Amino acid sequence: MTMTTATPTTTTPPPSSKPRLATIWLDGCSGCHMSFLDQDELLITLAARADLVYSPIVDTKAFPENVDITLVEGAIGNAEDLAKILQIRRNTRLLVSLGDCAVTGNVSAMRNSFGVIPILERVYHEPALLHPATPQTDLPALRERVCPLHEVVHVDLFVPGCPPDAATIAYCLDALLEGRMPDLSQHTRFGK
Amino acid sequence: MPSSVRVKTLRIDDLDVAGDEQQTIFDVAIEHDIPIPTLCHLDGLGAVGACRMCLVEVTNANQTRLQPACATPIEEGMQIVTNSPRLQEYRRMILELLFAEGNHVCAVCVSNGHCELQGLAQSVGMTHVRFPYHYPQRSVDASHRRFVVDHNRCVLCTRCVRVCDEIEGAHTWDLMGASSQTQVVTDLNQPWAEAETCTGCGKCIHVCPTGALFEKGHSVAEMHKRRQFLPYLRAMREREL
Repeated sequence: MTMTTATPTTTTPPPSSKPRLATIWLDGCSGCHMSFLDQDELLITLAARADLVYSPIVDTKAFPENVDITLVEGAIGNAEDLAKILQIRRNTRLLVSLGDCAVTGNVSAMRNSFGVIPILERVYHEPALLHPATPQTDLPALRERVCPLHEVVHVDLFVPGCPPDAATIAYCLDALLEGRMPDLSQHTRFGK
Repeated sequence: MPSSVRVKTLRIDDLDVAGDEQQTIFDVAIEHDIPIPTLCHLDGLGAVGACRMCLVEVTNANQTRLQPACATPIEEGMQIVTNSPRLQEYRRMILELLFAEGNHVCAVCVSNGHCELQGLAQSVGMTHVRFPYHYPQRSVDASHRRFVVDHNRCVLCTRCVRVCDEIEGAHTWDLMGASSQTQVVTDLNQPWAEAETCTGCGKCIHVCPTGALFEKGHSVAEMHKRRQFLPYLRAMREREL
């Protein structure tokens, strides 16, 4: 090993030296993101170890390229979810299904037994509304069936739980940032 | 031990064991603290081998077969493997198929946290289901004054059928249909409230491994099953016989 005597020219390392982390929420309730935020002071440690390049809690509008780890909450329920997950998969090295909706479809998929039309009728026509009408514009079309992420893209890690608790998310991120795959069997389960 | 009992010797994993010829592989394994996962089996009820979770590799006379430990009587010279990678893979696959075939939404289930299906999934390290979900349309019968059957959560273990027939002696429950259309029914597929043979004893509720059978008045994760009565009733019956 040789010592280098080069004088540092900057006081902080460039942002790209840290792993690039993203989180996103598709057909879910945001509970997994609440759990992510419940890491509390561990978020400060996390911020020092990774760059949060995209998330509902940061201001980036477009999903960036070259993301190292993306935590995806929620299932694939509509056309927009599908387009997003395909882009996320293209731009992400390690894709994590976070929570039961992403892993199993969970509550989001409970509509699958009934079909799209009856569900829309039930929500937009059956209640005594002033102007009962199914929204036709500005909303992405519902897919016939809600499905878990791994039915449409390759998923690298599954983190079940509704939601996975903050400690599980922290344990998972700690391992991933160290380059390991965590064994979550003792930490979480379906419906946690 | 009475003199009429014939003892058989066999090998389970790396242990030489002996048992009464009436015993199953599962009985002998449990006596020797060798764990074998089960779902349809319940101590005190007759064995049916319905779920296949307890499959073990049985070698006898140079032939190796997969057999359900709970429903296979021991034989002299059997060599049994209870936990090979192949068995682990099959058990995980069986659980995934059960999850894919029904509508098991743990997060909103009365048995969340106390469910044998959920517990097994965790214990075999099943983090997701590799098969496409079926999302069948299944019904819920809440006609009974105190009890509910939610067919979405039923894994057809038939514990309810057996406890009602063998212990309560009412035989209100049975199976109807075939293949993926199979379901448990009360009497002649009548609403539970109209099933005249039902005594309302609630034994079926408490032997059910999932949230398919539950008592009214319980919300998510609130349904605890109590099975202490079963070994007790069986012991009483055996004493009478």
